[in-house]
Amino acid sequence: MTKGSIFDLKRFAIHDGPGIRTTVFMRGCPLDCWWCHNPESRQPLIMDNTATGNDGSTHRRSRTALADGLVAPEQVIEEVARDIPYYDQSDGGVTFSGGEPLMQLDFLMKMLQLCRGRSIHTAVDTTGYAPSEELGRIVDLVDLFLYDLKIMDDHAHEQEVGVSNRLILDNLKMLTTRGARVIIRVPLIPGITDTNSNLDAIIEFVKPLPGIEEVSLLPYHRYFRHKVTDPELAAKLAGLQPKTEAEVSAMSRRLEAHGLRVKIGG
Amino acid sequence: MNERIRRLRQASLNAVPTLSIERASLLTEFYTSGQAERVSTPVARALAFKYLLQKKHVCINDGELIVGERGEAPKATPTYPEICTHSLDDFTILNDRPKIPFAVGDEVHQTQQDVIIPYWSGRSLRDRIFEAVDDEWKVAYRAGVFTEFLEQRAPGHTVLDDKIYRKGFMDFKADLAAAVSGLDFQGDPEGPAKRDQLLAMAIAVDALLGFAQRYADKLVLLAQETSDENRRIELEQMAQICSRVPAQAPETFWEALQYYWFVHLGVITELNTWDSFNPGRLDQHLLPFYRRDIESGRLTEERARELLQSFWIKFNNQPAPPKVGVTAQESNTYTDFCLINLGGITATGEDAANELTYLILDVIEEMRLLQPSSMVQFSKKNPDRLLKRALEIIKTGYGQPSLFNTEAIVAELVRQGKSVEDARNGGASGCVEAGAFGKEAYILTGYFNLVKVLEITLNSGVDPRTSEQIGVESGDPARFASFDDFYAAFEKQLAHFIDIKIKGNAIIERLWAAHLPAPFLSILIDDCIANGKDYNAGGARYNSSYIQGVGLGSITDCLSAVKYHVYDKGTMTLPQLVTVLREDFADHESVQQSLLLDTPKYGNDDDYADDLACRVFESYFRLIDGRPNTRGGHHRINLLPTTCHIYFGNVVGATPDGRAGGTPLSEGISPVQGMDLCGPTAVLNSAAKIDHLRTGGTLLNQKFTPQLFSDSDGIEKLAHLVRTYFKMNGHHIQFNVVDADTLRRAQEEPHKYRDLIVRVAGYSDYFVDLTDELQNEIIRRTEQGAS
Repeated sequence: MTKGSIFDLKRFAIHDGPGIRTTVFMRGCPLDCWWCHNPESRQPLIMDNTATGNDGSTHRRSRTALADGLVAPEQVIEEVARDIPYYDQSDGGVTFSGGEPLMQLDFLMKMLQLCRGRSIHTAVDTTGYAPSEELGRIVDLVDLFLYDLKIMDDHAHEQEVGVSNRLILDNLKMLTTRGARVIIRVPLIPGITDTNSNLDAIIEFVKPLPGIEEVSLLPYHRYFRHKVTDPELAAKLAGLQPKTEAEVSAMSRRLEAHGLRVKIGG
Repeated sequence: MNERIRRLRQASLNAVPTLSIERASLLTEFYTSGQAERVSTPVARALAFKYLLQKKHVCINDGELIVGERGEAPKATPTYPEICTHSLDDFTILNDRPKIPFAVGDEVHQTQQDVIIPYWSGRSLRDRIFEAVDDEWKVAYRAGVFTEFLEQRAPGHTVLDDKIYRKGFMDFKADLAAAVSGLDFQGDPEGPAKRDQLLAMAIAVDALLGFAQRYADKLVLLAQETSDENRRIELEQMAQICSRVPAQAPETFWEALQYYWFVHLGVITELNTWDSFNPGRLDQHLLPFYRRDIESGRLTEERARELLQSFWIKFNNQPAPPKVGVTAQESNTYTDFCLINLGGITATGEDAANELTYLILDVIEEMRLLQPSSMVQFSKKNPDRLLKRALEIIKTGYGQPSLFNTEAIVAELVRQGKSVEDARNGGASGCVEAGAFGKEAYILTGYFNLVKVLEITLNSGVDPRTSEQIGVESGDPARFASFDDFYAAFEKQLAHFIDIKIKGNAIIERLWAAHLPAPFLSILIDDCIANGKDYNAGGARYNSSYIQGVGLGSITDCLSAVKYHVYDKGTMTLPQLVTVLREDFADHESVQQSLLLDTPKYGNDDDYADDLACRVFESYFRLIDGRPNTRGGHHRINLLPTTCHIYFGNVVGATPDGRAGGTPLSEGISPVQGMDLCGPTAVLNSAAKIDHLRTGGTLLNQKFTPQLFSDSDGIEKLAHLVRTYFKMNGHHIQFNVVDADTLRRAQEEPHKYRDLIVRVAGYSDYFVDLTDELQNEIIRRTEQGAS
């Protein structure tokens, strides 16, 4: 039986796609973004049932209980289904996020199929860094992709997140060609992704693609799930100066000027 | 707001609550004059009422547009010695206590000592009640198993419908005369009693007419005296209004407001009715006047706004009458629980929201006053923009308006036997109580401490605080073979105490009917005139008696802990648990942690716990609902705490849910503070598992940080959250929009946060006026974030 590993299940998620959603945070990520807000996603996949989740405690039956060890897709979707009345009311659904959900392809596919069977709207929040063939296998099961674009310059991309962006960009083209609905998400990392030249490159790439519903600009915030213990990293993070609201609005207008629909925040 | 309103509002905010002895003195004058002895009790009460309104000070504040104060000045608050005669110690406490004080002057103190106490001691209804109830009632009351609503304040718990906007008091007088002439003295042995009652109501009509005329006369004088030409015109207009209403049916928007206000003062002067009094569906009642006046050019939107704002200030000038002892603990606030209803549906089931609804919401947003409270009813027929407008006001963090589910209210009332039209014309009052406005006496009789009953069960009927056997011997904890056996014992104790409470209710209701009828209120509530019967004696069309369950979250978590740890996991025996509790977890910290953290908890959409919430709900419902009261109606349940969960927590030692002895219980149907870990949808799902439609109201508070409301998208999603809860038959939800840091700062520097109003339970209050305990509790309540 296909089981998988998640590190959190958040209900009443309101910034991860349309409506009221439940976000399933899946473990494992091929990228190494040093500013990552969910570093626990990068812990290695837990492949046995004895290990405990990152939370390490307590009887949180419907939340982190699932984050302990391996879970069956049915278990996760049973939790997700508890909020169907809210999804129906708000045109919401489930969002698979991470980490990179495609790292656990079979587990993800099974969950997507279960959602299809129960008419639950599905979104997959992806880095796009996955074998194209694997990504292609889920296209017809996903109602909406939340597709992260970070840095358009390949060299800089490799430097900051550890991998080339070529596969990511190719995959995005492939998705839109296959008729997928896509929202582009750009985390605004000060001085790294939010520069005018990077935003312009994103515009240039995204504009001709069919099926791009919207571009979400995700302002950087100093809000971490965990304490950063590495002093070097802490210093690097401290150097990131969040942009003001006015500056973010200016970025938004830059994209809108090219006819893109923009939303600030998820 | 304009300059006039700013000034009046500021004056109201600055006014210091004082204790006024005027009413007590006048009442005592009347009762010592010998007049009361020559007539029937209802007639004596009506004459006393008339005497008060003839003699009390006429107070007209500078610049105001709606006139009438209950005391000699704003926030001068009377006492009601015929109900509860305060001792001199009470007065000292009221004057000296740091929270919710009332300034008591030396003369007031003296009068209380020389005049009021000597006459009323032993005659007050409170004295009669404690004389009349059984010992077992007193024992349970003292132990904190339940409270008694009617030992210091009068049954009221009712709301006005539209009748005063259709009829003047002269019309009511004609109705009364017709009712008297229709009495059948040959066929109806109650004829003479009914005649007395109707005569009393007629005297009460005259009393209010005379009172309004005194205001009209004073306004004429002021008009003559003023040098300000604009004010002179206003005062003359107001004099005219006061000589037309309440005698005649109102013709204008202004008259309608002034008319209601006289009626309001009448009700809260006659007795200190719970929940003050309440115009109810204000946006419905005023709409015809508003539209007509706007159309004729007599009124502008701006003027309507100003009049409504003046009206709002009048409510804020009337603090809840001073309470003492347990009653102060269960309801410790200046708020008198007048809850203005907006939105909802019409008698024929149509969307009732209108342009005035939105105008009144503007007023609520702008005035930011403690009183009156306000709520919006949401029916599926109401547009989403109404909900979003309400949420925009809620996000400013002032705790108003609260949100109610019209379909649930209607279904609750219809289940209780009301006609669908009466139900649709109803709403909620007080905190969350559903009622048929203008037609129902729905008396709250007291809070019931579900968790105390569990504590007593764990000790086979003994209250561990006193070692007294106060319950039945429900069995040695060591001998319960299963959770069901244990639960059966709990249910046995529950039945025992509910029986005591219901018997006490019968005794107390009869005392009210016999000694303190309310002829003035009886004019206003159908069908007291037609029945020739007093409001307090069952004259209303519908008569309900409520017992308010407190601590659903706590009792559920307690039962869950017992079931999980003792019977499912076997990690400890019940006697071991009882021992640990008796020692308040001293040296048993790990046990406490396990009870707190490793136990299924209510509020997480976890059926293990939530099934127990339903089970205890069913027991409570079955033991109360449908049992007759003395007024021809029935007992019902609702689930709300005001601030009683603090008092009830004080009298309960450590509990199986890991709660330390003496700390607060959960409030309303909210989860235990800090135990809901899965977000608001999980809380709402848990809360919706009990059957709200078989209650007369439930109370659910959710605390959100302001960030959640920061954009239209957030508001949209909160609106969906509310709609979904209401689809699941949720009765009420309220949001506290404030972050914990702000609250902590307010604790440190209260003087800087005097205007900080937070949602407490069924109402909002100034944060700095709350006890430290309550402040801390509000800070602790889980902050529901969102990813």
